[in-house]
This record gives sequence, C-alpha cells and structure tokens, in this order.
Amino acid sequence: MHGRPRKASKPEDEAASAAKAVKLRSLQSQFMTYHHEKIYTKEAIELSTKLLEINPEAYTAWNYRKLAVEDSLSRIESDPNSVKSILDEELRVVENALKQNFKSYGAWHHRKWVLSKGHSSTGNELKLLDKFQKLDPRNFHAWNYRRFVVELTNRSEQDELQYTDDMINNNFSNYSAWHNRSVLLSSLLANRVDGFIPEKKIPDEYEIVHQAIFTDPDDQSGWFYHLWLLAQTVNVESPLLTSSWPSHGSSVILSGAGCLIGSPFNVITFCSETGSVPLILYFDQAVGGVSSLTVTIDSELKGNENLVWEPISNKSSQVSCVWVARLKYLISEPCESKEYKVKVRLGNSPGIISSRGFNFSTPYEFVFTAHVHDTAKDSQERIVSWTDGFELWNAQSKDLNSLATSDQLNAGIDLKWRQAAIDSEIECFRLLADSKIGKLTLARLLMASEAMMSDAVVKGVHYEEILQLYNDLMALDSSHHHYYKDEHSVAFLHKVTSSSESLSRYLFRYRGMNNLVCLRLNKLSLSRIASVEKLLFVQMLDLSHNELHSTEGLEAMQLLSCLNLSHNRIRNFSALDSLRHVKQLKVLDVSHNHIGKHSVDTTRYLCSSPLSNSDWSQDDVRRQNPGLVTKYWDAYFVLRDLNLKQLDIAGNEIAGDEFNSFVLQVVPKLVWLNGQKPGN
Amino acid sequence: MIDLPPYPPLDPSNYYLIVVGTGVSESVSAAAASSSGSSVLHLDPNPFYGSHFASLSLPDLTSFLHSNSVSPHPPPPSSPPILPSNSHELISVDLVHRSLYSSVEISSFDSEILEEHSRRFNVDLCGPRVVFCADESINLMLKSGANNYVEFKSIDASFVGDSSGELRNVPDSRAAIFKSKSLTLLEKNLLMKFFKLVQSQLAESDDTTTTTVKISEEDMESPFVDFLAKMRLPPNIKSIILYAIAMLDYDQDNMETCRHLLKTKEGIDRLALYIKSMGRFSNALGALIYPIYGQGELPQAFCRRAAVKGCIYVLRMPITALLLDKETGDYKGVRLASGQEIFSQKLILDPCINVGLESLSSLTDQQNETLRVLVPKAMINKEKIARGICVIRGSVKSDISNALIVYPPKSLFPEQLTAIRVLQLGSGVAVCPADMHVLYFSILCENDDQGIKALLSAMSNLIRLPVPESDSSVENDTCEAKPLLLWRALYVQELVKGEFGGTISSMPSADGSLNYKETVESAVKVSKAI
Repeated sequence: MHGRPRKASKPEDEAASAAKAVKLRSLQSQFMTYHHEKIYTKEAIELSTKLLEINPEAYTAWNYRKLAVEDSLSRIESDPNSVKSILDEELRVVENALKQNFKSYGAWHHRKWVLSKGHSSTGNELKLLDKFQKLDPRNFHAWNYRRFVVELTNRSEQDELQYTDDMINNNFSNYSAWHNRSVLLSSLLANRVDGFIPEKKIPDEYEIVHQAIFTDPDDQSGWFYHLWLLAQTVNVESPLLTSSWPSHGSSVILSGAGCLIGSPFNVITFCSETGSVPLILYFDQAVGGVSSLTVTIDSELKGNENLVWEPISNKSSQVSCVWVARLKYLISEPCESKEYKVKVRLGNSPGIISSRGFNFSTPYEFVFTAHVHDTAKDSQERIVSWTDGFELWNAQSKDLNSLATSDQLNAGIDLKWRQAAIDSEIECFRLLADSKIGKLTLARLLMASEAMMSDAVVKGVHYEEILQLYNDLMALDSSHHHYYKDEHSVAFLHKVTSSSESLSRYLFRYRGMNNLVCLRLNKLSLSRIASVEKLLFVQMLDLSHNELHSTEGLEAMQLLSCLNLSHNRIRNFSALDSLRHVKQLKVLDVSHNHIGKHSVDTTRYLCSSPLSNSDWSQDDVRRQNPGLVTKYWDAYFVLRDLNLKQLDIAGNEIAGDEFNSFVLQVVPKLVWLNGQKPGN
Repeated sequence: MIDLPPYPPLDPSNYYLIVVGTGVSESVSAAAASSSGSSVLHLDPNPFYGSHFASLSLPDLTSFLHSNSVSPHPPPPSSPPILPSNSHELISVDLVHRSLYSSVEISSFDSEILEEHSRRFNVDLCGPRVVFCADESINLMLKSGANNYVEFKSIDASFVGDSSGELRNVPDSRAAIFKSKSLTLLEKNLLMKFFKLVQSQLAESDDTTTTTVKISEEDMESPFVDFLAKMRLPPNIKSIILYAIAMLDYDQDNMETCRHLLKTKEGIDRLALYIKSMGRFSNALGALIYPIYGQGELPQAFCRRAAVKGCIYVLRMPITALLLDKETGDYKGVRLASGQEIFSQKLILDPCINVGLESLSSLTDQQNETLRVLVPKAMINKEKIARGICVIRGSVKSDISNALIVYPPKSLFPEQLTAIRVLQLGSGVAVCPADMHVLYFSILCENDDQGIKALLSAMSNLIRLPVPESDSSVENDTCEAKPLLLWRALYVQELVKGEFGGTISSMPSADGSLNYKETVESAVKVSKAI
C-alpha cells in the first residue's frame, strides 16, 4: 500500500487499459445523454452504476445519481420501505466503487450524502470502515468518514481514542491515527471530560509518543504528534499582554519635530511632527476587539478620550498580536513643559478575544510618565550616517529594565506541570541527541523551557546549547539548512534580549538626532527577525550585513525612524511590505541587496494582482507614468506609504537612473537619495 | 503390544527404495523418491505415522516412551544372529532396536479428568517444535504439495522468562518494540537500529545498487556475541536476540561450556529467517506457526504425498534382518517381521535400527562396509536433549494460548548452561481439550540428571504442583496465578546423527532445535544422493 515504487506498465496492461477506455467512452457518452435529458429511468440509473463501478472517479455520475435519488424519492415519499431500498442501493453502489478505488473522493462524498439523509442505519458503517481501515490503516478518506459516522452515531470520544490506541499499536507509522488522536484529545481536554485534565493527560501522551520516536527516530508520524503536544504544553488559552510601549514605570520625553537641545541620555526622547505618540500593545497571540471600550486611558493629556486602536498586521484582518493607538500630546496652543502621568488599563471589561475565541481575562494596567516639551526649532535635514555618531549606551541596568520589562508574561498560568513536562522531555531527548530529530526536538524543548522560565538567575542558560544544536543541524542536514538558520537567528535574538546585560552590548545612542536609541545587530548572519516584543523602544535599528530576506516582524516597532538593511538578501520591495505600518520611518538603507536581480518574483503570487486591487486610487504618479508603475509596482506600493527623507538603494540590480527618477516621483519629499540631494 | 493378525504377503517384492520409519526425514525422502518416479516401499513398525515425530494420545505416548526406553537388561538374542537366507546366495543379518529414550518418568495428578479426555490429546514426541514461516520445510511442503494435507496456526506471542517468574514479550518487530513495556527508550532505539542494520544487510544481498550500511567482512567472521556488544546492545537485549530470536542453545558468553560459538554471519542468517518469517503469510501474526493436530501431521502429510505418487505403505511392520550378498557383501533386501523377504536397491532406516555388535564379528570386510552406517557409535559428543511435557489447567499467560517461552542460559539458576525452551499450545491447534494447555520443555544437556533438573526448575517457574489441601493455604498467595499441573512426562532423548552410506542410509533422530531446519536438510541431502 505504501512505500512501493511505481512500476512501468507492461504492454498487456496497456492494451487492457485501452480496451477499458473504449468501453468507458461509449458508456460515458450514453450516460451524458441521459444526464442532459434528465432521464432517471431504471435503465439509465443502471448505466450510471456500471460506469461508476468501472470508474469511481466519474464525479458527474455521482451527482447524476443524487438527482436521480431525489427524483425517485419525490415520487414515493410516503413509503419508508421503498425509501430505504433506494438509499440502500446507493450504499451498495458506493461500496462496490470503493472496492475498485477506496480513495475515490466522489464515492466517499456520495456515501456521506446518503447517510445524511437519515434513513439508513449507521450500524454497518463502522464495520465497513474497519474493513477498509484494515486494508489500509492510513487511508485518510476512511478516517474522515469515520469522524463523520462517529458524530452521527454519538459514539463516545473515549471509544474512538481507544481505537487510535489500537491502530497505533498495530503500526505507529500512521499519521492519520495520531492526527485523529490529537483531534479527540483536544475536544476531551477542552470539555474537561472526566479524567482528561491536561496536567495528567499530556505527560501520558508524551510517554506514548516517546515509544514511537525512540523506536524509529526516522519515522515522521511521531514527530508531528510530539510537536502538537509541545504546543499544548506551551500555549495557554487566554491571551496575555506580552509587552507594551511605553512600559510600566518608564518616562518618555515628547516633543515636536526637530532636534531637542540637550535631551537627557537615559530617557527616550520622542519627536513627532503630528504631535502624537504611538502606544503599543503586544499580545502573545492574535486578538481582536481592542478599542477605547476595552482599553481605558487615564491622563491629563487632552483629546485622547476616544483613541482609535488599529491592528498592525499585514493581512487586512481585524485580529493581530500588535495594536497601536496614537496618543495626542501637542495641543495647538503653546504649553509649558509639563509632566503627565498616563495610566493604561485593559481587561476590566470583556471584549478582547483571541482568534481561537478565548477572552483576555487577566486585568492589567501600566503607568508611565510623559514629559511634554515645547516644539523645538526645525533642524536642518542632515544625512543620517551609519558609520559614526554612536555612543555605547552605558545604561545602568535600571534604565534598561524599565525599557524591556515583560509585562504580563506567564501571569496566572499553571506553570508547574508545564515546566515539569518540558524538563522531563529535555532529559528524555538528551538521550536521542545523536539523531537529527533528537537534536531538533531538544532545541525546541530548550527554547520552550526558556520561554517559561521566570527565574532571572537561570534564565538564558540554555541559549548556548540551542545555538550549538542548530549549528550541528546545519552541518548535518544541508537540505533543511534555511530552516535551521532561521531558528538559529530566532534563538540568537532571544538570547540577546534575554537580559539587560546582554542587550546593552548592542545598544547605542545616536548623537545626531536627539540621542536616538539605536540597536546595532549588524554582521550576525541573521536570517529572521524575532523578539521584537522586547525591542519596542528601539528608534534606530542597524541590521546591515546579515542574511535577511524580509522585514517581517519589524512592523511592531512603531518608534523606528532609521533602519539599515544594507548588505542583506532582500529580493524585492514586497519583502519590505511590513514597513508600511512604521509611520515614523524616515531613513531606510536597502543598499547592496538583491532587489531586481531575480526576474521571477515568487512573492508576487502571494499578492493579488496590482491592477485588480480596488483600494488604490488613480493618483498622480499612476496617471503620469503608468508604464513605470506597472514595472516597479512592488516598490510603488511600499514607498508611497512611507514618509522617507533618506533612502539608499545603491548596489541593487534595480538601481539606475530610471528607477531613481521613479522613486522621486513616488516620494517627492525625499531629501537624500543614495547619499545625495536629488537634483544636485 | 497386542498380537496382530499376520499380513498377507506383499506384492511386488522388488523396489528401488525401502524406507523404514515414518519420521520427518524418512517421509520427506519417501515423498521425494516416489515423486521422481521410483518405486518405494515405506514401512513402520508402529501402528501410527510419524515414528519419533508422532503426535499421540496420552496413553499411546506413555506406552511408546516406555517401550522405547533403555531397559536395564536387554533380552539376550534367542537365536544365532546370522542365519542363512531362504535364498542360498544371501545371508541375513539380524537387526537390533536401539532405545533413544532414558529416564522416562510419567506422572498423572488427575487421572479422572485425563481419562475422560484421553483421546482428545495430540501430544508431540519431539516437542517443543514449531515451524518458521520462511522455513525450508514450508518451501518443501509448498513445492511437493504436502501443504494440502496440513493446516497451520500462528504462535501468538513469544516471551523471555527468568527466575522471578515474570514473562517479558520478545520485541521482535517494530510494533513489538513500540509496545514493549520492559525496554527503556534507549534500548528500543538501539534494538530498532540493529534490526534496521540487519535488514539493510539483507537488502544488500538482493540489490547491489543501493548504498546502505554494510557489516564488514571482519565483523561477519567474528563471534556474533561480540558483534552485538559492538553495536552497544545491553546484555538483556543481547540475550533476547541470541536465545529468543536466533534460538541459540549454548551460553555464548561462556567459552568453557559453549559447544557452538555462533559467528556473526550465521547469526545474521538466523535473524534473516526470523525477519523473513514475520511478513511471509498475511494471516500469521508472527514468525512462528504450528500445525493443527500436532507435529505428527507433518510426516503424515509427506507420506500422503508419497502415497499419491505410488509409494506403498505398510504400518505395524517391523523389519527383523537385512539381506546381504554372500559373495560381494552388497545390500540386497530386508526380511519383514512377517517373514517375507523384500528386495530393493536402496534402503533408508530409522535411527533406532542398528546392527548388533556381536553379529559384525562374523561378517566379511565387504559386508561390514555395507553395514557401516548401522554400527552403533560410541557417543563422542555426549549431547542429549531432555524433554518434558506438561498438561495444565489454565494458561501460563492469561489471554494468550499459543506461546513460546525462552529461558536464556543462567536465567533460572547459575548452573544452567543452555537455553530452555517452552512451548504452550492450546485447544486452538486441537492438541488438547478446551481450558487446558499442553506445555513442551526442552534443554540440551550432558547427562540425564542435569537435564531433568533444569526441566523441573522451568516447570516450577511456570506451573503449580498439586499440593495437599493442608499446605495450599500457605502458598495460595504467591501461586494463585500459576496454572495447575495435571499430567507430566519427563524423558531424555539421545541425539543421533544421520549417516549416508551409499546404499544404506540412517536418518537422524529428532534434534534439539526448535524447527526442522537440520532434519529437512539431511533428508534433502540423502534424497539428492539417492
């Protein structure tokens, strides 16, 4: 059934199949005539039976039979016996068709259709299924149908769980059985069925899947189940607030656009032309329903009674991990420098709901101090340099701590059994560390363990081992190199952000602009961005000389005004799409990437066609230069939403006079292009 | 035995081959010869088929063992050993019967019940014995058509036992390793890795294009036990592989007592047989199968096959003497117990048939040469097999009827030099009434006492002896779960090797192995030569 190589057909087989095709063709044409003329006589129905027994894949014939059944039912409605005999005949035809090909979608669907009419006995269905599942225990059609029948017959989920036990005991390389097990357990655990409490059941399940993974580490069916179990161990149902900006107890200086003379070194200064500062809420899972009704703000800053919260998400959905509101602090009349306390409260009234339907149920509040300064004079538009002007932020850890606290992390979770489960898993998989799956699972478990640790003393102890594991895996298994590389980057960034001490090594202040807080993560061969929730305060980010393909994740960094992505592996502007949400971004360096190098742009397939996109209007640029817009549509979509003052695109295939002039059309306010003032 | 009416004379009286005894080797030879068109006469002194491989009722088994066991005073020959034949050119040499069994001890603990069911037992003389699905004997049966006369059922489970009385499943397949409760995760990992290595080694020999890991030549020539250690397999797994899968007898870790140190190459072959057996027949659960109505069905099946091809069968017909040419000393024929003389070119004999030493002295050198294979040899290799049969009420493992249990060397007591094998069979294979089981025990030994002691030790590990009422309360707690013994036979059997001697061949006795590998191999060898 499985794992058998396909053999070339012999000449006599081919002759037989040709003969079958001839026979089928004549049957088919006769059948189609009946179908078109809506003839449902006995003879016509028998012809369709014949056709389906030879070729169960003839979907039209199944549909025809449904029509025929409806037709004959409409005529004999009153007599339950004849109804039953009509439907039983259908079941018989399906069974014969399944004998021919038990993976026929049409046949299984037809059977469901007949059963859902409700006149047939369901008792035989499980017996029939047992027969088919004995023939091929991994047949997912049969498993799907099984779930359907079980629901119909109200067979208990415990009985079904026992059935998966039996199937797995027969042969544990049965992904369908493991999958069904996860479905059943999810439901049993969620409904708190007697004896099904996670802290008891999940460890038991780990024990079962160990037997499979250790017996045959090359068999993938166990891996998936283990991953599912790990997710059940780590994930909690109700959403929590992971972090916020400004964080609890922090101070921030707010001012108008331009340079503030003598901005203090240990406090973040935020300048904005619009006079509003973003408030960022970062949740551990995507949530919806964040609004002024669910989040209340107590502050003397006026005009913030009905703040608008928007989800920061690449998809235009109403759920997201990151929500942003813009708090107004500059009122039109001149005001004196003043301190304001701002208190943000959420979770007191219901409404914030995760995409899986769980309520944000742990109330939380945070307070920060805003020092509002008068509008400073507009400074000259100086070029931002990534080479000098940085000072190591010798911040005392106190200052940093207030920047990067994890707010609600792990609050109110029954951590004990989860940690115990992960710890025993780690111990177990250390024994299997000579196989690839053993190493990978160990790395994942150590990451999960780190995520659950609340004790600052031991936090971070696993990262060196995790990084080494991924390094080993990259060397061992080159075909999955990219995946391991990404995971390595994630682990590395978790390590960097795990404590103020490790983070401060990469933190600088940029003297040029109000002592911007700059994080320099250059030359670290990062291929993915992670831990953004701990970096919400970063205003200037240097990611140059890495191996990034996209800026996904950076959208949460709403304070970001300067970003260096030079010498990475960005292949097109679509990969910068997430930056459209970063309204503060003024300086962007994407020089020396691969933009325009590859003619086939695979990410295009993820976007809807630019020309069919209804939400962009015919603006000036499009009207004046439709040809260039079509040619550089990906750049057009990203750049027109940014408020860039400085852009570097040199060293990309796309760069050239034509593209430069196009950029200037799309971003007329641009002050610096490739290090020069346009027009000079 | 009851005196039976004299047989009418046989006609014809000339054959290509005469076979005496209906054991497995003899029957395979008879079937082979008759299917190749030769005229064959197949005789057996007993009133049943199978000789030492027969399956009998309890009374028949008892009387067979007693009549074939060493009697302290063999009756002196009543007549001179060499008599002139009816024909003047021939001389006749009297044959003596050699007893294969010793230390026979049969005890019944509940004769009432056993008598009631006495004819519902089919008890093997050569037990414990099973067939591997991929055995040569199965191939032979399929080839000859003997499979039409016998049906098999699979052995449900195999276990490894120890002195604690606990029976642990033998993890012999992927699913069994997965399910095993006695192996640690790491042991599961190592064992499966080892099985995969063996499998890739087997695949290698079929398909040279695949580049799989191969066991080096050097490893193949090294002792199997060393190779297992090299594969980092822990002692308990090593012992399972050696004794419960490769079915070895001698302690491979003890150089002094081990008579047969297995090489890796042979070990891999034995595992290959097991692995190939696992998947051979879709309706067989494991590697082992057992014929319904007992092992006696196998020789009988070959006999039926031979009969279809024209072989003539006469039971209850001993032969009393061999006929040799006076001048040349060549073999000519046999004299039957009925007195009739039958002639043939070739002769195959049961291992019990010998020539008396005193008759040899009066023969010429040529005559002696002809009879070479029938001269009793001094036992150089003093290897014997102790066998035991128990009828019990209940089962040694609940829910399981047909099972193989192996006690590796030293697992029961420190002086246990060889593995003890136990086979439990139930009414499912029609060998006993429902709610009872027949247990077969065997162990290779150097002398009777040693063998019997080991058998009793294994028996007491599995079975509860009926005790007087007064004592039962004391042991009740510990022995509650053990099944109750109803009937027991203990005997020690000599291991006689077969010998091919040109015109006259002597077949081997039932050997000490679990299957018929060597038995069938020797029969095939003899048949080819003939």
